[in-house]
Amino acid sequence: MQKRTPLRISWLDLFLRAFQFVTAVVILIGLYNTFTAARYTSNQWATLVFAGLAQGSIYALIALGYTLVYGILLMINFAHGEVYMAGALSTVFLANYFARSGFLAESPFIAIVLMILFSAAISTVVALLLERIAYRPLRNAPRLIPLITAIGASFALQYTFRGFYGSEFRSYPTVEALRGIWNIFGFEVPIVQPVVFLSAVVLMLALYWYVERTKAGKAMRAVSENKDVARLMGIDIDKVIVTTFALGGALAGAAGVFNGLFRPQGVFFLMGFFPGIKAFTAAVLGGIGNIPGAMFGGLLLGLIESLGPNIILEGLGIPGTNQLKDGIAFTVLVLILIFRPQGIFGERLSETKA
Amino acid sequence: MSKRLFTLLALLMVASLVLAACGSATPTEAPVADEPVADEPVALECSDAIGCVEVAPGDSIHLAYMLTVSGATAFLGEDSLGGIEIALSDRGQVLGHDVELTGEDSGCSSEGGQTAATAVTSDPSVVAIIGTNCSGAATAALPTISGAGLIMCSPSNTAPALTDPDGTWLPGYFRAAHNDKFQGRVAAEFVYNELGAHTAATIHDGSPYADQLQQVFATTFAELGGTVTFQGAVNVGDTDMRTILTTVAADSPDVLYFPIFEPEGNFIVAQSTEIAGLEGTTLVGADGLLSASFPGNSGENVVGVYLSGPYITGDAYDSFLTRWDEQIGGVPPSGFHAFAYDCTNMMLDAIEASAQQGADGTILIGRQALRDAMATTSGFAGLTGNLSCSEYGDCATGEALGVFEITHAELDGNWPPPVIYTP
Repeated sequence: MQKRTPLRISWLDLFLRAFQFVTAVVILIGLYNTFTAARYTSNQWATLVFAGLAQGSIYALIALGYTLVYGILLMINFAHGEVYMAGALSTVFLANYFARSGFLAESPFIAIVLMILFSAAISTVVALLLERIAYRPLRNAPRLIPLITAIGASFALQYTFRGFYGSEFRSYPTVEALRGIWNIFGFEVPIVQPVVFLSAVVLMLALYWYVERTKAGKAMRAVSENKDVARLMGIDIDKVIVTTFALGGALAGAAGVFNGLFRPQGVFFLMGFFPGIKAFTAAVLGGIGNIPGAMFGGLLLGLIESLGPNIILEGLGIPGTNQLKDGIAFTVLVLILIFRPQGIFGERLSETKA
Repeated sequence: MSKRLFTLLALLMVASLVLAACGSATPTEAPVADEPVADEPVALECSDAIGCVEVAPGDSIHLAYMLTVSGATAFLGEDSLGGIEIALSDRGQVLGHDVELTGEDSGCSSEGGQTAATAVTSDPSVVAIIGTNCSGAATAALPTISGAGLIMCSPSNTAPALTDPDGTWLPGYFRAAHNDKFQGRVAAEFVYNELGAHTAATIHDGSPYADQLQQVFATTFAELGGTVTFQGAVNVGDTDMRTILTTVAADSPDVLYFPIFEPEGNFIVAQSTEIAGLEGTTLVGADGLLSASFPGNSGENVVGVYLSGPYITGDAYDSFLTRWDEQIGGVPPSGFHAFAYDCTNMMLDAIEASAQQGADGTILIGRQALRDAMATTSGFAGLTGNLSCSEYGDCATGEALGVFEITHAELDGNWPPPVIYTP
């Protein structure tokens, strides 16, 4: 008995090592072929990188919502994509009103800040209602139950918003101030992409500061560590949970406006589904429950999605590479989970948390 | 004892259900007893190979629609539904019976088509179906529809395989919409002859409609002497088109042909100017994007985009548009309403031609007879031209096509855009 157990593990290890090696070789061959073919100019690569960062920062903002809630409640809030949709879809009307009245062209900064506040407010309200109506009554139920409830809540939210605004596609207005090209390190990049990226980074830093440096953040970390002990220390658990949902909602709402600036089209009631799934992937990639992990995971996922098809698959001679974009994103997730089940930044979870 | 009785009753119930389901198919079916048909010398007898539908006096002839009336492509379904409703109210009674319309939402997907087909065929009183909007839904729905002996006439399926006996065609399928063999050719001829393009790239979204249409375009374009630099695909639901546009831009083609839908089409138009190498590329789409919301949603880059699609003219069509404004309001949201109108009328004509009439007003519609009547439709004067159905269900001639150019006026809300080319 005692002899066989280590043998079995070493076989598995061997297999994983071989798998790791093959993966690395395949990726390197793809990279080598792509770069020797020199089909794209460096400026085209730069556009992909900056677009990937902008998209990634939007994923990261949404991913923070997943990770915050998971850190506190150990549940996956699958309706979080809909929280994002609620803000983005509601704000499209405000944005178009600002555009029609000329306010957006006159003072774009104030207009965009107002849009972000409005969107964050809507998303926060939706997130709080979600917590109050769908999750709080189930807080002591088995863990599968809130998960299924989340999926149901997600559909309910989608079709409620369809009822509010109809099923048409809407678009954010183009912001004149964000049109045009910036020259960054000699590359021509549309202004909106670095702006979205930097604003998102500012929000993420603010969240990090809030969680690490304020008293409320300390309470959040305490609840995340151990709910019962936190309660004994006099922390109001309900208040902390509500704060967590509100923070996640506000960030998702802001992400909705950033998305509207970056990708104005395709705003409709089902728009939250894919970003939701992608952001969840990003959160797992970085290590769910870990705040810097979600930020990093989001940016990484955005870059992989943006660069992956052209940089790896095309070098391997795979046809229809762009249809495999999501495939790449999820393959990376699987690979990370095989080699680092806790995610890139995640610590090994104890039995009760995992 | 009671258990045995129960088994007997259950068996009887099953048997009666089976009989009811295929009852009209059996030629020996006795006339319905409680109808006063005693004086009737000739009782209506169904001798049709695949069954009949009997419509008693006072009952209505039951048509069903399977359209995409919810979700992202709802504008297509609303457009067709309006056409059907106007056709029905124009027509009034058929053979002394009212016409009743019920419907299912088939969406724009195979699953939707399959579900809607199952729901519609579960009702044996349905005589004919108008639908579907999307070719993908039709491909999935057709085996069920055809197996149930129904006929289906589509106002907007354009995929060539649907009327190809070696493709996905099955008996009972008809369409008033143009085959994309015509549309792809018109688009290719337009860009090669009128725009003087010599290189082209295509993007589809994996749907049978877009895939087959871009293939017809690419083949025709190559036949004309052009070079196809790239044929790629995106996924429905993608928002980031930069990767595929970067691939397209590597060859800087004269034309990018993307016969897909909103919102993926919006993203392609909006992101096209952000990619170096696409400055000289003209964007050309097809009827899937011919929607009043397309210019506004795509933003300023949409000016100068060309779209191929149904182009219908004539006095009859003008008065149809007036009726639309009175009955539904505004203008039709897409370009297929006239095909829906023609489908409905062709089917009702075929019902009139094939139904047996009893003296008391009962009519008996043979399902095979209806298929035959529909397939022999010729010279039907519809809104979209003179329609004659082929053996494999193609009723349109491809005349009612044009190429539209989106200008600044469309961005400001004008619809439909001006036609600049007709074959």
